[in-house]
Amino acid sequence: MEILVCIKQVPGSNKVEVDPVTGVLKRNGADSKMNPYDLYALECGMKLKEQYGGRVSVITMGPPPAATIIREAFAMGADEGALISDRAFGGADVLATSYTLAQGIKKMGNFDVIICGLQTTDGDTAQVGPEVSEALDIPCVCNVAKIDKVEDNAIFVDMEMAHEFEQLKVQFPCLITVKKDILQPRLPSYKLKKATEKREIAVYALKDMEDQDKNHYGLSGSATQVQRIFPPVSDKEQETWTGTGAELADKLHGKLKQLKFIS
Amino acid sequence: MSEYKKLTEQDLAEVAKIVPRERILWADEINEEYSHDELTATPSYPDLVVRATSAEEISGVLKYANKEHIAVTPRGAGTGLVGASVAVEHGIMIDTTLMNHFLELDEENLTLTLEPGVLLMEIYQYVEPKGLFYPPDPGEKTATIGGNISTNAGGMRAVKYGVTRDFVRGLEIVLADGTIMEVGGKVVKNSSGYDLKDMIIGSEGTLAFVTKAILKLLPLPQKAVSLLVPFPTLAQAIRTVPLIVKSKATPTAIEFMEREVIMDAEKFLGQSFPDNQADAYLLLKFDGSNAEDIAKDYDAVAQLCLEQGAIDVLIADTDERADAIWKTRGSFLQAISGSTTMMDEVDVVVPRNKVNEFVEYVHALQEEMHVRIKSFGHAGDGNLHVYILRDDLDEEAWEKVLNDTMEKMYAKARTMNGKVSGEHGIGFAKKPYLKEDLDPAAVEIMRGIKKAFDPNNILNPRKVCFD
Repeated sequence: MEILVCIKQVPGSNKVEVDPVTGVLKRNGADSKMNPYDLYALECGMKLKEQYGGRVSVITMGPPPAATIIREAFAMGADEGALISDRAFGGADVLATSYTLAQGIKKMGNFDVIICGLQTTDGDTAQVGPEVSEALDIPCVCNVAKIDKVEDNAIFVDMEMAHEFEQLKVQFPCLITVKKDILQPRLPSYKLKKATEKREIAVYALKDMEDQDKNHYGLSGSATQVQRIFPPVSDKEQETWTGTGAELADKLHGKLKQLKFIS
Repeated sequence: MSEYKKLTEQDLAEVAKIVPRERILWADEINEEYSHDELTATPSYPDLVVRATSAEEISGVLKYANKEHIAVTPRGAGTGLVGASVAVEHGIMIDTTLMNHFLELDEENLTLTLEPGVLLMEIYQYVEPKGLFYPPDPGEKTATIGGNISTNAGGMRAVKYGVTRDFVRGLEIVLADGTIMEVGGKVVKNSSGYDLKDMIIGSEGTLAFVTKAILKLLPLPQKAVSLLVPFPTLAQAIRTVPLIVKSKATPTAIEFMEREVIMDAEKFLGQSFPDNQADAYLLLKFDGSNAEDIAKDYDAVAQLCLEQGAIDVLIADTDERADAIWKTRGSFLQAISGSTTMMDEVDVVVPRNKVNEFVEYVHALQEEMHVRIKSFGHAGDGNLHVYILRDDLDEEAWEKVLNDTMEKMYAKARTMNGKVSGEHGIGFAKKPYLKEDLDPAAVEIMRGIKKAFDPNNILNPRKVCFD
């Protein structure tokens, strides 16, 4: 089975700061990591490979340092990796990113199943996965909470809906986005890290793509533009109470009553 | 018959003149929690609990207790494991949990002044966003700093940074007669007479009552990487530890853990561990200013582990990865406790080059004594936590096997020049073992010190080395 996992490099800390004047995300280049959601996707890929055989490839889009996370994926057991990197791809929104990824995937090969993390910790749109499938014209299942089995050239998954799970059989080739905690991601292996240190990573630029029309990539290929980024205003209210257990219990009871959580 | 006064309504009225009545618990108002710590076999209630808010109140209470010959037991969060905060002579318990304020962060001297009831986890939350670091890292994060100082708590970063004592610059204490005084201070060096501060640290509330502490802080390391090293057998894992120490690498922690305990923790947390390929693991942590420097630091250790037969070396280089491991490590005590009916612990510390020998001895002891024994611990600093589990043994059989097993372990530790407690303290539960361990001359000196601080023996009586 040919498995592809889409991964992304994101800021290393979850506490991303926004420059209040320029509204730009303060990215500290030195401190970055693989999008935590992608670790679950990669683990799903590795488990499928262990169970059904095949290969796990990874692909990412980003500036050259993003190759670091491909090396990391190698240390977690991925067999092959490609980096989509070209100045022409910069400034892409969700649509242009998805299109570029789809072009890169086509270049890389044919895959039975493409696995993405549900979302990233820096963009949080959860749209790239489904839009890649659209650009590749293959079926997509989002919010996968469990992979049941692979059989008859299809994958059987549980998709989490608001109030129930839907069990689906999806024919290959297809794309799924998996939820956090679907499986406990393995840790990168020092042995694999050393063994794959010199493994080549393919780099795809605009000239390598099937569609070389610049207008479909980067800023010009983007249908949306970010007007402003700002930290959300917290509506959390905190009260601190002190007193004895009995006093606090009374007070808490009163408060819950006042807020109509209890009657 | 106790030599101490049993409190009456009259005493309650007198104490209420010092501390407002609403912060005094009396008779039925005293919650069951106050009768034990985390591991006490025999609960004992105080007659009265004072929830103090200042050194002046504590001074007043001690003055009264000293005059009336009332036993006084200090208590923080009650997370101790050896009964030090259990009122074995009843009397007055002084609960410090309302004294939970940060008083001053002095960034010029890199010190933090705080009250004894501040919880360990609150210290981390307070200093770390400011780029500062309080290194002592005991597993129990809901313990108070007062309790940590009283037991000289150690924790998981001791290999590189040291223990609580190394991070206390000064203390405000209240003596048994009510005198409030300061020992130590913000100074970095101090060669000015006997170091009373260091005498108070680890004295488990038997010498004075700590009402304020000045802690030393360090700049927060920017990055930490943990290595989880699976080994085919515990023996292979543990025999590697002295070699790591010898290699001059500077991990902040070297812990060892076994599959069985990890499985208990997985069950307890409802969360799976990131690896399940081995029966035994070493867990190492390295910190530094950036990932590259840290990688250089751990590379030799990783190679060494592989040479010693490690299956692999797994790298936890992000918060998520580290959390998945350390959360499990942090829950071992509760997880083991949840796997049996009752347990008791041994917290011995042996020289670091003996740690493998001791762990292997304990492992073999299970069969010899026909009892389940689980262990984990700070392999890197020689401090082991060994738990003897009761399971379905009846009272008599349990008492016997527990005592015999403990006897054997402490005797073994003694042959290695180990000590009874690495970080949990002696309290009430480990007194007999300390007695066997100490030079009679040392006990005499300790008695003299106790007498000088607390001539009427009201402070936490019958603890540490006193009958």
